[in-house]
Amino acid sequence: MSRGRIPHWADVTLVPLTSVLLAFIISGILIWAIGESPWGALKLMVEGAFGSSYGWGYTLYYATNFIFTGLAVAVAFQARLFNIGGEGQALVGGLGVALVCLYIPWPHWSLALIAASLGAAVFGAGWALIPGYLQARRGSHIVITTIMFNFIAASLLGYVLVNVLRQQGSQDPSSPRFPSDTALPKLHEILGVIGIPFSTVPPVNISLLIAVGMCFAVWFMLWRTRLGYQIRAFGESEPAAEYAGISPVRITIYVMLISGGLAGLMAVNSVMGEQQRLVLNAVEGAGFIGIAVALMGRNHPLGVFLAAVLFGFLYQGGAELALWTGIPRELIVVIQALVILFTGALDNMVRIPIARLFAMRGAR
Amino acid sequence: MDLMILVQVLESTMRLATPLLFACLAGLISERAGVFDIGLEGKMLAAAFMAAAISYVSGNVWIGVVAAVGVSVAMSLIHGLASITFRGNQLISGVAINFLAAGITVVIAQNWFRQGGRTPSLSGDARMARIDLPFASAVQDVPVIGPIYHGILSGHALLVYVALLCVPLAWYMLFRTRFGLRLRAVGENPAAVDTAGVSVVALRYGAVAICGVLCGLAGAYLSTGLSAGFVKDMTAGRGFIALAAMIFAKWRPWHALGAVFLFGLLEAVANRFQNIDIFGVNLPVQAMQALPYILTVVILAGFVGRAIPPRAGGAAYVKEH
Repeated sequence: MSRGRIPHWADVTLVPLTSVLLAFIISGILIWAIGESPWGALKLMVEGAFGSSYGWGYTLYYATNFIFTGLAVAVAFQARLFNIGGEGQALVGGLGVALVCLYIPWPHWSLALIAASLGAAVFGAGWALIPGYLQARRGSHIVITTIMFNFIAASLLGYVLVNVLRQQGSQDPSSPRFPSDTALPKLHEILGVIGIPFSTVPPVNISLLIAVGMCFAVWFMLWRTRLGYQIRAFGESEPAAEYAGISPVRITIYVMLISGGLAGLMAVNSVMGEQQRLVLNAVEGAGFIGIAVALMGRNHPLGVFLAAVLFGFLYQGGAELALWTGIPRELIVVIQALVILFTGALDNMVRIPIARLFAMRGAR
Repeated sequence: MDLMILVQVLESTMRLATPLLFACLAGLISERAGVFDIGLEGKMLAAAFMAAAISYVSGNVWIGVVAAVGVSVAMSLIHGLASITFRGNQLISGVAINFLAAGITVVIAQNWFRQGGRTPSLSGDARMARIDLPFASAVQDVPVIGPIYHGILSGHALLVYVALLCVPLAWYMLFRTRFGLRLRAVGENPAAVDTAGVSVVALRYGAVAICGVLCGLAGAYLSTGLSAGFVKDMTAGRGFIALAAMIFAKWRPWHALGAVFLFGLLEAVANRFQNIDIFGVNLPVQAMQALPYILTVVILAGFVGRAIPPRAGGAAYVKEH
């Protein structure tokens, strides 16, 4: 894929960091152009996101969402499948969470958490299964079908919320509140056990630990199991993998199931952990941020984790910016777009000069 | 459903199909040249904002249209830079373009107008005037012809007719000119075009630029013709519906016309009725909204007439040395 020779360490650090730096510089110019101070904005964002346990709490809450969706995109990328459908899969995953929490009386949150995680993963995976099957069996382009499935998911959820789950007499298209027994313990309660004080306000909850666990699980699956080997081999070269007896149909469907399941799990954090009910825009674009997170994290779970925290910082910092300055939250969408552009599409533009630098050093 | 409502729904279909038609032809030309473009939505959105903003400031809608085309072509060139020159992933580039537009339009709109990411309402010359076709009022009372000509076809903004005109133009360009032949060849087998001594890069940039112009017109019509001003995320998935229509039409201009009218009709009906009874089955409004996407998946799956994209689509061309 890369034409220039770059040492592996530089490929996983220098290239994405340069891309992010470029994205930040352009965003800084934009902030300057609308008459605000880029330096002041950065300071405000860092303080807002990391300056207090309140800020940390929100940063980590957002990061939890992005770890799930980032892993979802990364696993698919490992098999060279581009799953844009994280948004829809997370929406349908939210439906799974809501059904589990609303219709089964749980005695304790831990049981509810296990069941809701299963519900979220199964619903998310189910929503990814159809595009996966169509790609594998009928050759329908997975990017287009997953985009279409995002819109279909939004319509489906709209229908279910308005006609099935909505409370009697309520105008608001949302489900009733989940029973209080299904409320997940927040991070301050968990940290409180070992005596660390933490802000009680932010919605960051036990799902963060599940997300970190999923990073390990995905790493183990990809690099320590037969299936993971097959997925990576398939991603490197489909004909070679097929020649080695790896079934493209099987791998495509498995990968999409895992990917959809991970995206669906995001709903445990946002629907069960924060809102405690299902609303129309439960995902709020986190499915798409997963694309940026996976690209920046070089499709590796550790990279995804770090990139997710960076985007968590951007989201929390962006909210603070919108609160205190005239810079709207959408600035974060611009930064996100630039990160996707530089790390994903203009990868060669960043990579070739770096490769040249290394070639010059090597020649000396 | 009486005749009056039917005429109103079809008239609204004409208007709703117009941005889809521009964007659909835009995507069609780009993909025929082998450059996938899922950034139609973003280009339309940026164009819609520019059209509204510049029309408001200048008071002349046509200056706004020029600005809209300008910004849309600029974004197309970013896509070209990423996918043609730097041989990056065309799909990821498209995704980036969509987010870039979604974010930057609101940031700039807020900075310029301070109305929460929208432009002020347009009126007078800052909006596209409706054009009455010749003899429209004369045939108004003639049965059949009257409602069709006066009620449905006449009384739209100029761009509606330009969009309709673009269909035969695109067909002629693609299938009857040398440029079109080469453009299609570059989407099927770029190596052959290169061997014949024609620049693959120039042809693809040409196609991407045309795509930009058409997306610019789509966006301009959206904010100055269909509505009167820009609001955040006003394209609302139209770029993807256009993409769906393109696949539905199997990358053919005349079929594209049919596809966008079908999808425009679905939108018009969904706008007008909350629920609709078809042969005793109650169809909720959400089903109507999802139908274009479902139909596209069905077509893509090849259960009803297989859709086969241009063969070299999505891949950058690497010249052999």
